[in-house]
Amino acid sequence: MPEAVIREPAPAMAAPSAWSRLKVNRGWLAFWFMMPAAAFLVLFLAYPLGLGIWLSFTDARIGRPGEFIGLENYEWLVDDSKFLLAVFNTLFYTIVASAVKFAIGLYLAILLNNHLPFRAVIRAIVLIPFIVPTVLSAIAFWWIFDPQFSIVSWSLRQMGFIKANVDFLGDAWNARWSVIFVNVWRGVPFIAITLLAGLQTVQPSLYEAATIDGASRWQMFRFITYPLLTPIIAVVMTFSVLFTFTDFQLIKVLTNGQPAGATELMATLSYNRAILGSKIGEGAAISTAMIPFLLACILISWFGLQRRKWQHGEAND
Amino acid sequence: MTHVNRRSVLKGAAAAGAVGALSQTGLFDFAKAWAQTAPWKPEKGAKLQLLRWKRFVQSEEDAFMVLVAAFTKATGVAVSVLNESLDDVQPKASVAANTGQGPDLFWGLYSLPHLFPTKVIDVTDVADYLGKKYGGWAPSAITYGKSGNRWIAIPMGYNGNVINYRESQIKAAGFQKIPEDTAGFLELMKGLKAKNTPGGMALGRASGDGNAWVHWCLWAFGGNLVDAKDKVIIKSPETEKALAYAQQLYATFIPGTASWNDSFNNKAFLAGELSLTNNGVSIYAAEKADADKNPKMKELAADTNHALWPIGPVGKPTEFHICYPMMAMRYSKFPQAAKAFMAFALEAENYDKWLVGAVGYITHPLNYYDKNPVWTSDPKLTIVREVGRRTLTAGGLGSVGERAASALADFLVLDMFASVCTGRTTVKEAIDVAERQAKRIYR
Repeated sequence: MPEAVIREPAPAMAAPSAWSRLKVNRGWLAFWFMMPAAAFLVLFLAYPLGLGIWLSFTDARIGRPGEFIGLENYEWLVDDSKFLLAVFNTLFYTIVASAVKFAIGLYLAILLNNHLPFRAVIRAIVLIPFIVPTVLSAIAFWWIFDPQFSIVSWSLRQMGFIKANVDFLGDAWNARWSVIFVNVWRGVPFIAITLLAGLQTVQPSLYEAATIDGASRWQMFRFITYPLLTPIIAVVMTFSVLFTFTDFQLIKVLTNGQPAGATELMATLSYNRAILGSKIGEGAAISTAMIPFLLACILISWFGLQRRKWQHGEAND
Repeated sequence: MTHVNRRSVLKGAAAAGAVGALSQTGLFDFAKAWAQTAPWKPEKGAKLQLLRWKRFVQSEEDAFMVLVAAFTKATGVAVSVLNESLDDVQPKASVAANTGQGPDLFWGLYSLPHLFPTKVIDVTDVADYLGKKYGGWAPSAITYGKSGNRWIAIPMGYNGNVINYRESQIKAAGFQKIPEDTAGFLELMKGLKAKNTPGGMALGRASGDGNAWVHWCLWAFGGNLVDAKDKVIIKSPETEKALAYAQQLYATFIPGTASWNDSFNNKAFLAGELSLTNNGVSIYAAEKADADKNPKMKELAADTNHALWPIGPVGKPTEFHICYPMMAMRYSKFPQAAKAFMAFALEAENYDKWLVGAVGYITHPLNYYDKNPVWTSDPKLTIVREVGRRTLTAGGLGSVGERAASALADFLVLDMFASVCTGRTTVKEAIDVAERQAKRIYR
């Protein structure tokens, strides 16, 4: 019998079945832990995105599934002056608003990083525009820009600077600058507070060393603050540009694209055509047309700003 | 003459509003009797959800809710009423139609039911019943209500969009009344501007007031987006004339109208800054509602009057009033209850009171209601009685369906006028843009 014992492995030592091996496999476990997140992403991001792109190749209307029509929607849009105007408006709005928001945000962050009296209170106040719901602030600005009852026009008139009310939203360029102003007002706190968080990670000893070396304030900003802040600038500006590019609420409430499309953004045009005009296919094509712009913006920030060698522990070239 | 305002209606509503007291007004007795004899028997345990446009005149909504309460009391069908602003009803209804769930009844504007004619319940029996009983439907109500041979919605009323003006300022400009032709109207507007009391009409994306006046203008000069066969004919000398006229008119407007939506002219008129605009009679209703506690409003109400639109070179009325059709969705589990509700609402015992509550803001689609007291109790409201018979329909000469709705939703005509008036494009360029867009919609 001893031989038999030797030849036949003990039951406990039997090769574990695939299932029991799987049960203790950490990768398998991790897969299941990731499933909820993956399902969430697929269900709420990938699927709608895919569906949107598919719809843009159809002539779907609300209440009726469309047929595949290839690039017809895009061919139409390329020659559509209202769409082209919306693309111009969106780019103009995004570039100008983002640049101004960055400049003011950085300035505010540096200011708030100093030892000011009531620093905590001031920081809280700076956040207010960001906390107020967009629609509410848009309605407030709607009154501020009102052609008849604007407080700004009224004040300027009382002070004798102007004779007639400023036509904030009725003139094409006034309207563009007005909505940009509101977007900047709303977007600055986000940038300021995020950059402030970044500033506070910069070690004071670097500034002390620079001071001893006789560096000016500008040199300290240029050679210490700015390089160390770059990663966070990249992240925050990517977010800011994406949010601005896809802005909807503000325009919808404030101007709804008027006068005659001068403030129409791609997002509002897409909504108007798809939901109000029930041309889902065309609306989807307008939304899909936003993707290349957004991708370009992400890639610029990724390759241009994120891949600095020092971030990986190497010296800068 | 009974003086109808928000207060008196509220008093009436307070008496009737408490459902228990309904029988005092006789409404409940009628409702009960109606429920027993009506051809539409609500399903057992039926509940209805109704999404309507948000009221502009409080007393209208109050009167409507009295009617809803009476229906519930008589039939046992609970009706919950949701409100959405005018522009938001259509997207909600579209999504509901698309997904097959949502409110049972939608009450929107213009050609809403024609966006998804296959998704709504056939209400031909309700329309025939009401038409027979109440002296027939206004022609535009038939156009809006019917798709092919069947009725897909019940037009519940119109919102007459008329000229609102200040009598004293018109007189100061040298006019006794609103001129009846377009040339005279332009002279009046010039006169008002010269007196530094300009008028103004919304040229922003105002789906109600903006569309009303630009379509009037386009049609008054013989311009049309499409012909009777839905062929695009916007590129015409008539359209050019209409745009040239609008340009001259715009030059007399108060500054800022290019950014006006539907509420701006109400605000400006109520503040005494505007001598003339186009609107429903809701401005006047608001003035009267506040007249008791605000002497300024009393003065303003006494000075406010209404007029029908001037007639252009085509020689006939070319007005564009809002129609409010109500439709029942096919996915509803309670189609009989929904039909019963629509029929009930338009019965004289209910509808007469509702018209009074709406103080002229709503005009009837059924001829019988010409004799409703609201049209004679206040002579300033009498002209609004006509709007159901005078209005042209969305799409103009063409069909009232999906394509007309698309053109309106795209602000095709409105943007054409706005871009010419604000000087963004020339007349020819604006027409080209509109034509190109129209051809795609009407292909």
